[in-house]
Amino acid sequence: MTTDTTTKGATPDATAPGEVVLDARGVTMRFGGLTAVRGVDLTVNSGEIVGLIGPNGAGKTTFFNCLTGLYVPTEGEVRYKGNVLPPKSFKVTAAGIARTFQNIRLFANMTVLENVLVGRHTRTKEGFWSAVLRGPGFHKAEAASRERAMELLEFVGLADKAEHLARNLPYGEQRKLEIARALASEPGLLLLDEPTAGMNPQETRATEELVFAIRDMGIAILVIEHDMRFIFNLCDRVAVLVQGEKLVEGDSATVQGDERVIAAYLGEPFEDAPGDEEVAEVEAAEAHAENTTDAAPGKENDR
Amino acid sequence: MTTQTTASGTPSTPATGAPSGLFGIPSHIGRALATAGGALTIVSTFTAWTWTDAFPGDLTIYGYPGGLQVLVLIGGVLTTVFGLATYGIKGLRWLIPAGGDAALKLAALATFATAWYTVLAISTELGGLVNLEPGGFFVAITSLAALVGALALPFEQPTPDFIDPDATRWERRKHQAAYGLAVVKAAFATSGTRRPLRSLPAYAEILIIVAILGLGLTVFTYGIGTPYDELFIGFLITVGFGFAALNKSGLVGQASQLTARHQSITTCGAFVAAALFPFTQTNDQYATLGVYILIFATVALGLNIVVGLAGLLDLGYVAFLGVGAYAAALVSGSPSSPFHVHFPFWAAVLIGAAASLVFGVLIGAPTLRLRGDYLAIVTLGFGEIFRITANNLDGTSGPSLTNGSNGISSIPNLDILGFDFGAQHDIAGVTIGRFANYFFLMLIITAVVVLVFRRSGNSRIGRAWVAIREDETAALAMGINGFKVKLIAFAVGASLAGLAGTVQAHVTYTVTPEQYQFAGPIPPNSAFLLAAVVLGGMGTISGPLIGAALLFLIPNKLQFLGDYQLFAFGIALILLMRFRPEGLIPNRRRQLEFHEEAEAPTVLSTTGA
Repeated sequence: MTTDTTTKGATPDATAPGEVVLDARGVTMRFGGLTAVRGVDLTVNSGEIVGLIGPNGAGKTTFFNCLTGLYVPTEGEVRYKGNVLPPKSFKVTAAGIARTFQNIRLFANMTVLENVLVGRHTRTKEGFWSAVLRGPGFHKAEAASRERAMELLEFVGLADKAEHLARNLPYGEQRKLEIARALASEPGLLLLDEPTAGMNPQETRATEELVFAIRDMGIAILVIEHDMRFIFNLCDRVAVLVQGEKLVEGDSATVQGDERVIAAYLGEPFEDAPGDEEVAEVEAAEAHAENTTDAAPGKENDR
Repeated sequence: MTTQTTASGTPSTPATGAPSGLFGIPSHIGRALATAGGALTIVSTFTAWTWTDAFPGDLTIYGYPGGLQVLVLIGGVLTTVFGLATYGIKGLRWLIPAGGDAALKLAALATFATAWYTVLAISTELGGLVNLEPGGFFVAITSLAALVGALALPFEQPTPDFIDPDATRWERRKHQAAYGLAVVKAAFATSGTRRPLRSLPAYAEILIIVAILGLGLTVFTYGIGTPYDELFIGFLITVGFGFAALNKSGLVGQASQLTARHQSITTCGAFVAAALFPFTQTNDQYATLGVYILIFATVALGLNIVVGLAGLLDLGYVAFLGVGAYAAALVSGSPSSPFHVHFPFWAAVLIGAAASLVFGVLIGAPTLRLRGDYLAIVTLGFGEIFRITANNLDGTSGPSLTNGSNGISSIPNLDILGFDFGAQHDIAGVTIGRFANYFFLMLIITAVVVLVFRRSGNSRIGRAWVAIREDETAALAMGINGFKVKLIAFAVGASLAGLAGTVQAHVTYTVTPEQYQFAGPIPPNSAFLLAAVVLGGMGTISGPLIGAALLFLIPNKLQFLGDYQLFAFGIALILLMRFRPEGLIPNRRRQLEFHEEAEAPTVLSTTGA
């Protein structure tokens, strides 16, 4: 056991490249009269990084929740390695899909190591009696879990902070810890919900490296992101979701060049788009506004 | 106009930020005054304070201290020793690893409060100052001098906030009050940096732990054995301020580091110390209190698994104690039980725990799908359902099982392997009575609960409980079957309470539905159990034990509170939640949760509970 290298140990359900890991067909999600996601098809193959983009409110996170068992799709089905996903989120994790959250949801008052150990929950079996009786099996399993968790912390670069409380980590490291926690459940597919939100360029680049490293472990990745540079650097394929429907899917160049995508993000240009004249006018107005704000304290002094 | 208001608005304190005392006495005189005051207080406790022995405790004797004088003596010794230690005398410096001034102030305060409480109690109860002997006046003066001297010691003055010159008089007064509070707070704050704990040879560390446990046992035994109200109040004052002084001196912190280093030894030692308790008692009177406290504390610890670890607010927990007690009573051979069977104790224990387990699962399965407040309300309802059902299973309004409100009475004493729990036994020359027998049995049950709590808390299942408490959605996304894990917590908590219930049935002779209410004057009931957990500290082992002991002892000893008992209890709980929401013995996690602004001790050294 202990001699296993990181890569080997991390990929128990790693599959041959090219095999379909996730297959969502015609996923539709309705909340009463509102259709948040309508007939979306998406496949993720093993060893692939797929991006999911779209303007705010396009239904990305709803679609994500359909993939992780938080919602059961109203229509359509989601298959993971050929099996329809169970409707409970903990069963989905046990099946092999792990996720991170858009707004970090760590167990803030647990240590970094404990957070990762919680992620190991599905891959260990020790129950209440084993914990109370503490037979040899318990100690062995606990030691193995700890070792695996430390390997993962090493992998994301948090090993020296194992005993810190998760809440005390800086923002970027909390994101890393969330990824490590998700990896601890030994997934075949990792879903990242805006992994670089709020990060500076260096941190974003580090995350990019991390995602590539995870892909190299044989884990397929589906990522939602608003940072276009990040997405187009990273992803083999990008799907664009607009108003609950999939607009385009393809490689970076296809999506970047697609006019409908630009329109969805920036809006259609109007008939008389602002020309140079208007721009100059606006600039003049701004300059004037600055002057007035400077004068404001003086006015107060007069009083 | 404006400049005037600003000037008057600035509090009339010396230069901000500069260290100075509360009184304008030079610090070297203040220190001398405090130390000498402490020493003279010690002397005064050997004199007579009043002329008549009408005041309980007999304070009329020259030559040795009695009653409340002993407590004042302890306070005086603390003050003197801390005073000497702040002079930097060799051999005493280990007493103040975190600086001595704050500790000296609190020790002087403890002495002053106890001494003045005694003097005032004598004056009011006997009708006037004329009842005081010179010794009484003397101790009042010396303890006051010690306090004044201690408060004159310099401390870091807080900087007053800027006052808006347009503020109304009310706002300004409010502001000054807030500043005054900040100054008082700063006066008692520790200034120096903590010295790290030196590492001693293992046997010395263990000896220190034994000494600490011995001290704990002595304090507890003294408190439980206080024969009259005045002494108990004096005891609370001295222990409260004295403990605060030790805490400020940094000794408590070092002690907890030391015990954390030798966890198993400390746990074993604590049980040995607890087992020695009956041997310190001459009759069974206080052993009764001991066994009731232990039952209460054990159930509170069981509740702590449900509330403290898994975060499930259970307001009907006492029902599980009731189920265990009823189950044991029904098979105990009691004449009022419909089953005329007499099972051996081990079988009764198994049946009691199993019945509670089944009841816990039955209640948990439908209710644990709820979260937060809803769960609390539903468990409250189920707790009451249990009591009312037990009341109605009397043969007239329901099947005959529990004998209704009369309960199951005349439960015979236990007899394990020929050891009759109802009779007296002589162990090592000390006579051990009925309650002491049960005390030992209950101690074993407590040990089981502590073991279960410690081991399950620090394992896969315990981590899952904490994860569910921290963030249920994230825990589910990590593959934790939330419902199942919560149900296990609920069932474990229930069966541990049932375990305690089986012993309780025999201790109290009678099991009636009225013992298992939601709230009532006598613990254990659900409200007091929860209060014990919250008061002591959620998620810790020693917290609920201490919380339960306090909650049982205080109403029991302060009989004069009478009808105001619950009122006083409520006030105390509000104050505690305002000033120390993490409980008396905080779990490291909880402490961080409630005091986010505190400088972060980033490393959580002991994982788990």
